[in-house]
Amino acid sequence: MEPDYNTLQEFITHTKGIAYLLIAVALVALPLFWRFLTGRDDKKKTF
Amino acid sequence: MTQSTPREKTVLTPFNVISGIIILIGVILTILRFAKGLGGVTNLDDNNPWGIWIGFDLMCGVALAAGGYVTCATCYIFGLKKFKCAVRPAILTAFLGYALVVFALNYDVGRPWRLPYPIFLSQGTSSVLFEVALCVFLYLTVLLLEFSPAAFEWLDWKRARHIIGKVSMVLVIFGIILSTLHQSSLGAIFLIVPSKLHPLWYSGYIAVYFFISSIFAGMSMVIFEHSLVARFLHDKIDKEHDIESQNVALGFGKAASFLMAGYLMIQVIGIAIDNDWKYLGTRWGLWFLVEMIGFVGLPAVVYAIGVRERNIKLIQRTAGWTVLGIILNRLNVSIIAFNWQLPLNQRYFPSFPEIMTTVFIITLGLVIFKFIATRMPILYAHPDYPDDH
Repeated sequence: MEPDYNTLQEFITHTKGIAYLLIAVALVALPLFWRFLTGRDDKKKTF
Repeated sequence: MTQSTPREKTVLTPFNVISGIIILIGVILTILRFAKGLGGVTNLDDNNPWGIWIGFDLMCGVALAAGGYVTCATCYIFGLKKFKCAVRPAILTAFLGYALVVFALNYDVGRPWRLPYPIFLSQGTSSVLFEVALCVFLYLTVLLLEFSPAAFEWLDWKRARHIIGKVSMVLVIFGIILSTLHQSSLGAIFLIVPSKLHPLWYSGYIAVYFFISSIFAGMSMVIFEHSLVARFLHDKIDKEHDIESQNVALGFGKAASFLMAGYLMIQVIGIAIDNDWKYLGTRWGLWFLVEMIGFVGLPAVVYAIGVRERNIKLIQRTAGWTVLGIILNRLNVSIIAFNWQLPLNQRYFPSFPEIMTTVFIITLGLVIFKFIATRMPILYAHPDYPDDH
């Protein structure tokens, strides 16, 4: 059920709020995916 | 295509016979198209002025030819020289891809002699389409010049080869700039049709979607193309190229996987910004999910598994899968989800001559690719220029 929006302010607050939460999820998920992707790469020795 | 020994070499190979028949049909359809007009051979109408000649030949052609700029950027701008063996095949594919895009455009636009008008006589500088036309015109020229060293080596024109070698870096940079511009602008064209394109595919960020998807489309095309070349033209590949192509598959597969994961995330964020969640529960939403999960999300994970396992075969198959996904995306945007509100009897479906013309153009590309790859130093290093590959 879609919430009722009375003003543009309400609509933007709602959609932007969800978008920011999804960006936070992406910021966590993408580095984890990168770790999975490169998990078996040969590690460079730094010593 | 067959691999025959010199003793049994014949012109009548299955590849030649089938492509010959298709080209003959294509020539007849070309005559019909230009003699009878669009109405004589296509199902286009006022509601659907763009069919598969734009949706497939142009949209998919440009996206899949992105391997040229992606490989050049990887090798020359980011300095990853281990991918150098992929540069010439990628540039050849891009050159043929763009040349055939322009060739196919003539079928849709008509009156080929007026094709240079928008560039030289009547510039529509307020139109995104003008920017696309200008970029494609300039980039095709750049690709011709980038491809020319292989032709000069084949013809043994040493002086011309030397001169073009001096300006190659300028060409690479110019080519990347032009590609970046028009790959995104092809998406930006659709900004003008918010009421015609389904909201799940329409977005204010569609230009960004087109640009990012073109990068992994190009990478996948380079991997997929090498798997085909290794199968059908393996006698033309030298050992060094064969070994290096495995690095290309692993490196490009890894990059494509991560890019696809990022692309999926920005698509979801795009849905949130436009508040399009309600459409996901509809039949159109199901079709959108098929594209996003079936042809972006899953290939990204399978690419990652292929890279982790160092499974080249799996990466090559995933590359083919991703290429199909890009074709599906471009067809969805330009044809399938376009005019989605119209009743079914007013929707567009390509006619048989339209489909055959597209098959003819693809066949033409394959025949020219085979002609060039079997004669010029594309898949092997020329003995006089061993370091330039």
